[in-house]
Amino acid sequence: MKVLLEAVFSPTFAASILRVTTPILFATLGAVVADLAGVVNIALEGMMLVSAFTGVAVSAFTGSAWIGLICGVAVASALGLLLGYFHLKLRTNIILAGIALNLLATEGTVFLLYIVAHDKGVSSSLASKVIPDWQIPIIKDIPVLGAMVGKQNALTYLSLLAVGVVYLFLYKTPLGLRLRAVGENPDAADSVGISVHKVQFIALAISGALAGMGGAHLSMGYVSWFSRNMTSGRGFIALAAEALGRRHPVGGFIASLFFGLADALSNYMQSLRVPGEFVQMIPYLLTLFALAVYSGRQMKTRRSFK
Amino acid sequence: MKRDSLFEVVRTGLAIGLALLIGFIVTVLVSKSPLEAFKYFLTGPFTSTRRLGAFIEAAVPLTFTGLAVSLVFSAGQFNIGAEGQFFIGAVAATFAGIRLDLPPFIHALVALIFGAVAGSVAGFVPGYLKSRWNASELVSSLMLNYVFLKLGMYVITYHLRDINVGALVSLPLKETSWLPQFLPPTRLHAGIVVLVLCVIFCHWFLFRTGWGYEIRMTGLNLNFARYSGIPVTSVILYSQVLSGAVAGLGGAVEMLGIYRRFQWLASPGYGFDGVIIAILARNNPLLVPVGAIFLAYLRVGADVMAMYSDVTSEMVSVIQAVIILLVTAQAFLSGYRHRLVLREVKRHESAS
Repeated sequence: MKVLLEAVFSPTFAASILRVTTPILFATLGAVVADLAGVVNIALEGMMLVSAFTGVAVSAFTGSAWIGLICGVAVASALGLLLGYFHLKLRTNIILAGIALNLLATEGTVFLLYIVAHDKGVSSSLASKVIPDWQIPIIKDIPVLGAMVGKQNALTYLSLLAVGVVYLFLYKTPLGLRLRAVGENPDAADSVGISVHKVQFIALAISGALAGMGGAHLSMGYVSWFSRNMTSGRGFIALAAEALGRRHPVGGFIASLFFGLADALSNYMQSLRVPGEFVQMIPYLLTLFALAVYSGRQMKTRRSFK
Repeated sequence: MKRDSLFEVVRTGLAIGLALLIGFIVTVLVSKSPLEAFKYFLTGPFTSTRRLGAFIEAAVPLTFTGLAVSLVFSAGQFNIGAEGQFFIGAVAATFAGIRLDLPPFIHALVALIFGAVAGSVAGFVPGYLKSRWNASELVSSLMLNYVFLKLGMYVITYHLRDINVGALVSLPLKETSWLPQFLPPTRLHAGIVVLVLCVIFCHWFLFRTGWGYEIRMTGLNLNFARYSGIPVTSVILYSQVLSGAVAGLGGAVEMLGIYRRFQWLASPGYGFDGVIIAILARNNPLLVPVGAIFLAYLRVGADVMAMYSDVTSEMVSVIQAVIILLVTAQAFLSGYRHRLVLREVKRHESAS
């Protein structure tokens, strides 16, 4: 227990929380943007996976991690548009369409992995690149803070930056206002001349791009390879974090940190003699618990209004 | 009504045809001899008795999860926890098959009940969270899939593991708990009887009982159902519990019928297949076996293709995704439907 406490209160632990939070945070922001526009994006999981794979494959062939990142994000964003096409134009139920895209991504990436790497498990035979770590000049020399946030993967910094950018986009730009109007009441938005479908397409594309950033971090930052189904539910956890964070970018950030904490904690507890299975359950159980508490609270508020 | 079902048949057929076409295009893109590979894919399941058996065997668990998903989808609940329920049902049946000491027939029956109960508990959790606190059953059932996978692996690893075997497998199931197999060299087993009963039960329940009626009404329009006095919160709960029981029973049947030890290291993925099947069958229990047989055909065909050609079996995921997308796309062929309606109206007009 003492070992655990010492580990938990060390600055490296805080740094590891930020590291494991990164993919969840990106996906959560993606969930916020889509949900505020009135389109539930349950394909976040698949979008992350596709981007993780594309990033590795493209970076191996071009020799540049950044080109890999751009391609991964572009493909994930295109998947968002595809989801939009089926939901908005062909009127597919968006949840079922999301499930279809997730299935396609899970097995499709394995299919493609075999073609490019001749392996159905991991991409280690590919010489893929990683997104570099960045150091913040002055902060890295401050004793505790430096160890926590002084040196992190570039995408981790970008994810923190994205919280602000998404907030400004949603609440301080005309397009953000239109996006929220569409999600609030599509008919009212339509009546004042906003093209509902166009805004929702844009929201899904942005949502896909954000999920793609998270996926790319998994395969090109967190580790340096792609392995089958490596997202292991982070896209779904993001949906829970989004609900927990009250559909707000900053709330989503705090909720993501909470899930990152659970994730990091489970990594540490594996060194103790707790069966690994229980430790691995923690993030999912906490998600479930948080979801129940949040929904219960929300229901109470609604009742007290009546 | 007749026109509607004819239209649905045409639409589903066309969606499947288009999906196969896209699957073929993918094959052409990646294979050196695409025609041959695709031939193996389409004819594979019929090339030997063993494969024909494998094809029907594979349809059994798929039918169970298809039924489970149909039940919750009928109630308009997006509970996709069949994956975890199936898995925990298999673990519970394994537990009963190893730890209990009972005479032959009764042992198997008790093990099946263990599976169904475990599955229903797994279905109860998201159902309760939804009916009590309005927590999204979609997210909670997805989370629970991971929880039950880990929980099941914990039970197998720490309590039922056979330490004399190098691989991570459970102790052998007692012979009294086996579901008898017949028609060797296939592994067809008595679980098929359980399956047929289950299909009939689900159909009877959904279309011939008051509870089933409440489920369907809640699924069609929750608010309308509530205003007409249907206790929707309890419908939300029992539809998910029953669905969990069916999925858990499926896991138990699969374990006792096919396997002699528990040997899965990951969830076998039948839960999400159940979603595809429920969509193909329009949530109708009597059509679920048809959807399951079709999906099993694709799966076995893909395995045969992977064995004899340079295309891997994951190709089939493209076909599955296109099928879900097109079958559920309301606007797909809606112009054709419109013309059908128009033609009928004109015929009525000229007749009168």
